[in-house]
Amino acid sequence: MKSLHWVYSLYYDGFVNMRVGKTLWLLIAFKLFIMFAVMKWLFFPNIMQENFQTDQERSNYILEQLTKDN
Amino acid sequence: MEHTDLLVDYSRAQFALTALYHWIFVPLTLGLTFIIAIMETIYVKTLDEKWKTITKYWMGLLAINFAIGLATGIIMEFEFGTNWSNYSWIVGDIFGAPLAIEGLMAFFMESTFFAVMFFGWDKVSKRAHLTSTWLVAIGSNLSALWILIANGWMQHPVGMKFNPDSARNEMENFAAVVFNPNAVSKFLHTISSGYVLASLFVISISAWYLLKKRDVAFAKKSIVVAASFGLITSILMLTTGDESAHQVALNQPMKLAAMEGLYKGEERAGIVAFGLLESEKEINDDLDPFKFMFEIPGALSFLGYHDINAFVPGIDDLILGNEKHNIISVKEKMIIGKKAVQALSDYKKFKKEGNTLAMNEALKTFRATSHYMGYGYLKKPEGALPDVALTFYSFHIMVAAGSWFLVLFILILYFSMKNELTNKKWLLRLGVITLPLGYAAQECGWIVAEVGRQPWAIQDLLPVGMATSNVGSTSVMITFWLFAILFTALLIAEVKIMLKQISIGPEGH
Repeated sequence: MKSLHWVYSLYYDGFVNMRVGKTLWLLIAFKLFIMFAVMKWLFFPNIMQENFQTDQERSNYILEQLTKDN
Repeated sequence: MEHTDLLVDYSRAQFALTALYHWIFVPLTLGLTFIIAIMETIYVKTLDEKWKTITKYWMGLLAINFAIGLATGIIMEFEFGTNWSNYSWIVGDIFGAPLAIEGLMAFFMESTFFAVMFFGWDKVSKRAHLTSTWLVAIGSNLSALWILIANGWMQHPVGMKFNPDSARNEMENFAAVVFNPNAVSKFLHTISSGYVLASLFVISISAWYLLKKRDVAFAKKSIVVAASFGLITSILMLTTGDESAHQVALNQPMKLAAMEGLYKGEERAGIVAFGLLESEKEINDDLDPFKFMFEIPGALSFLGYHDINAFVPGIDDLILGNEKHNIISVKEKMIIGKKAVQALSDYKKFKKEGNTLAMNEALKTFRATSHYMGYGYLKKPEGALPDVALTFYSFHIMVAAGSWFLVLFILILYFSMKNELTNKKWLLRLGVITLPLGYAAQECGWIVAEVGRQPWAIQDLLPVGMATSNVGSTSVMITFWLFAILFTALLIAEVKIMLKQISIGPEGH
């Protein structure tokens, strides 16, 4: 319990006493929001996860791609 | 939807853009953490509060760089899943292990010891704090190790076997992947270049303070640590660069030929010290590859094969073949590659039909030919040639810049020891303006590594055209420009915050 409190106060005091850090954290939050909530969601689906249900289907698809001109 | 050249080009451009931006932030973190650890060690040894101020100041700039660069690498993970899904599936097992270790290591090291390093000055003992700082330095470098093992495998795939049932490369020998000579030399060369960049960063800012005649004691102390660290790591960088070139010669001879603009292979091949390429030059024509050049005889043979008389194959030899030196042509490799693709197709067909005998026969043919499988997808032999001009100029800018950094570190240390540095305004100015050159050299290094190995996503096994996903090129184009805007904004933010902190200086920090 004592060590948990120590860890908590390490982070809490660290964040509270930050000067430049606050601007940086705002930038980080903005960046992560754009990356995960906008870009990942809108533009970056995981093709193999979304288009296929099983690993067997994924394997078959890739084999098809690798041999389609033969 | 069919693969188009536009899709492949934009997928590559997007990945290159994110990788190059990501690499603006990473090398500084790799090196600056060690410089800070050295400065803090001096503080703990001497208990001189000035060293604590110095350490905390550079730690502040590290925090800015770290915060802005944080998660820029994650975008590459997005791209693997969306634009490079074929590739991700095919390499999954090989990439999975190193990247998972990297993720865990980065998370635990960075969340734990970074917090102690930044927030723990008054919370833990001096020695515990110093230990955390060193662990941050070591941890961030170990993170890079796993990424570069994955990259090294793409350049020289070892320790795996392609499974024709799952269509994946499966790891057979973890040690072979980890101790892949290409990965080891790449790791050492990359981190040492990061150390050099961090040294230039500290020198550049300290030199600016000295030119402005402010925070002089702080700047003089910082610059000596940085120049000493830079000198030692420059030597490491040059040595590991030599080993990297040796590995390229052994495993990626086309890249070496492109790096030197060498078309006709020769014994006692020279290194071009400087030169201008002939833009009209084509494979196997009579044009001189250079408008003008100055070369150091025998140096390329020595660099590539550690033998001044060794034969270094040129682009013509590698494309058209050279019987005397036992080099088979790309055309022949394409025939072997097509056999491998056909055998894979047959294996799939016979498996479906339940014809075990024919299936095993097809597998045997596949195993005998799969080392050139990637060539089976090339449309013409010239497709095996990377962009010679981009590779050549990037390589020569990197080497020239790296050589200059060594001279700069020596000059700064020399005049620092004579206590004359503050009077040498020309040298201080050179110190300030060399920093952008340091970043340019970093990016050039990656261009050599990645453009030079084209057309391969996995050397000889998978060309980039087969590695991309069947997605719309429009969406890749949109995200390319979104990234360009986002990253440029982040870069401007970093530079502005960084410049503000530099202008405030160590006393007001």
